[in-house]
Amino acid sequence: MGEKRKISLTVNGKRYEDEVEVRVTLADFIRGQLGLTGTHLGCEHGVCGACTILFDGRSARSCLMLAVQADGHELLTVEGIAPSPDELHPLQQAFHEHHGLQCGFCTPGILTTLIEFLRDNPDPTEREVRIAISGNLCRCTGYQNIVTATLAAAKKLQELGTRA
Amino acid sequence: MKPPPFSYHDPRSVTEVVELLGRLENAKLLAGGQSLMPMLNMRFVLPDHIIDLNRVEGLSYIRENDGALEIGAMTRQRDLEYSDVVRARWPIMHEALLQVGHRQTRNRGTIGGSLCHLDPAAELVSLAAGYDATVTVVGANGQREIAFGEFPVAYMTPAIEANELVTAVRFPQWKGRYGYAFIEFSRRHGDFAITSAAALIATNGGGKIARASVTIGGMGTAPVRARELEQAIVGQIPTKELFGDACESCRKIEAIDDVHAPANYRQHLAAVLSRRALEKAHARLAEASGQH
Repeated sequence: MGEKRKISLTVNGKRYEDEVEVRVTLADFIRGQLGLTGTHLGCEHGVCGACTILFDGRSARSCLMLAVQADGHELLTVEGIAPSPDELHPLQQAFHEHHGLQCGFCTPGILTTLIEFLRDNPDPTEREVRIAISGNLCRCTGYQNIVTATLAAAKKLQELGTRA
Repeated sequence: MKPPPFSYHDPRSVTEVVELLGRLENAKLLAGGQSLMPMLNMRFVLPDHIIDLNRVEGLSYIRENDGALEIGAMTRQRDLEYSDVVRARWPIMHEALLQVGHRQTRNRGTIGGSLCHLDPAAELVSLAAGYDATVTVVGANGQREIAFGEFPVAYMTPAIEANELVTAVRFPQWKGRYGYAFIEFSRRHGDFAITSAAALIATNGGGKIARASVTIGGMGTAPVRARELEQAIVGQIPTKELFGDACESCRKIEAIDDVHAPANYRQHLAAVLSRRALEKAHARLAEASGQH
């Protein structure tokens, strides 16, 4: 076994302490050791965006970070987006209503990316949405319904007067 | 697609980093990780030691000092993108940053990492060349400064020793009114550019070009200044015809053939993009000067 380190971090509001091999990526740690398999791994070299999480509130590709780097930091994964187990986040609801996913593999990365994006830009144009998801590859939908869902979610969030 | 085994070090000061670099064999510095991590995952690199710079104090700052922009090596591309100072007085950097990867990679990627990785198509590398930036490097023998013209020594190889690290980079300011543009051509938004052009121009009281900087990225081993083009337009009245004729010299810049494009296509793009960048820079200069 390789060199190990103890780390403690907060994921979706819950505190975790664990020992991790230093070469393990944050994505593999989240999935394999924390059991939060909503974060998906597509390419494992920073191209597909499926493993996007929020690291201290900023979107990042968890396959391009080491788990040891998360020591002392706060993470949000797709499991932490919804306000409660019985309720979807308005962005998730919009994806459901507008058919913003088919197989769903890219969806966790797209949702986390858009949560940050809509916080920074609550009233985006279609073009801005397309640029925002340009780092996320989806092979099913052709993006159209993802964009439609995002614009609908932005509108809904503004009506509700809440931030993403 | 998993990193190979290595020992991990997370020093808190530049002094500790230098000490580790002096002591450890086959060590790699980890900055934002947007290039090194994919290389580790694919096992293109097999370091025995990773020295993580993310917990080193005092390497992340954006300061305007003595007519120059001083940027700490670990400053995230995102922080530069959102900096009011950068937007107000180095607007070409803002324009270039919007074309650097994606939000998710800019949130982690650092300026020091971009400069040291030295991809020939990297936007920030082009800007450092175009501005004649100065890189600050620290090693066992103390601190030294490297003019960016001497920074690239070969393909993706900066002029830093194995026991040194980049701590900062300084971009001088173009004073007075000037025009700017950063244009690149890539297949998809956020991809590395096949070719890019960064242009800065200033005119004198008589309306002639007093100063010009044009940098072409993605051609050869590193972004290059289009010196022949710069010399051809300085002292001239800026016109479409002047730019069109002068930019033809960019077809002579050495370029590589690769899977993305043949050399002659890159040379064609160099001529077209430099012309477009100069025209856009000139239009912005005219707008800033209140002429139309």
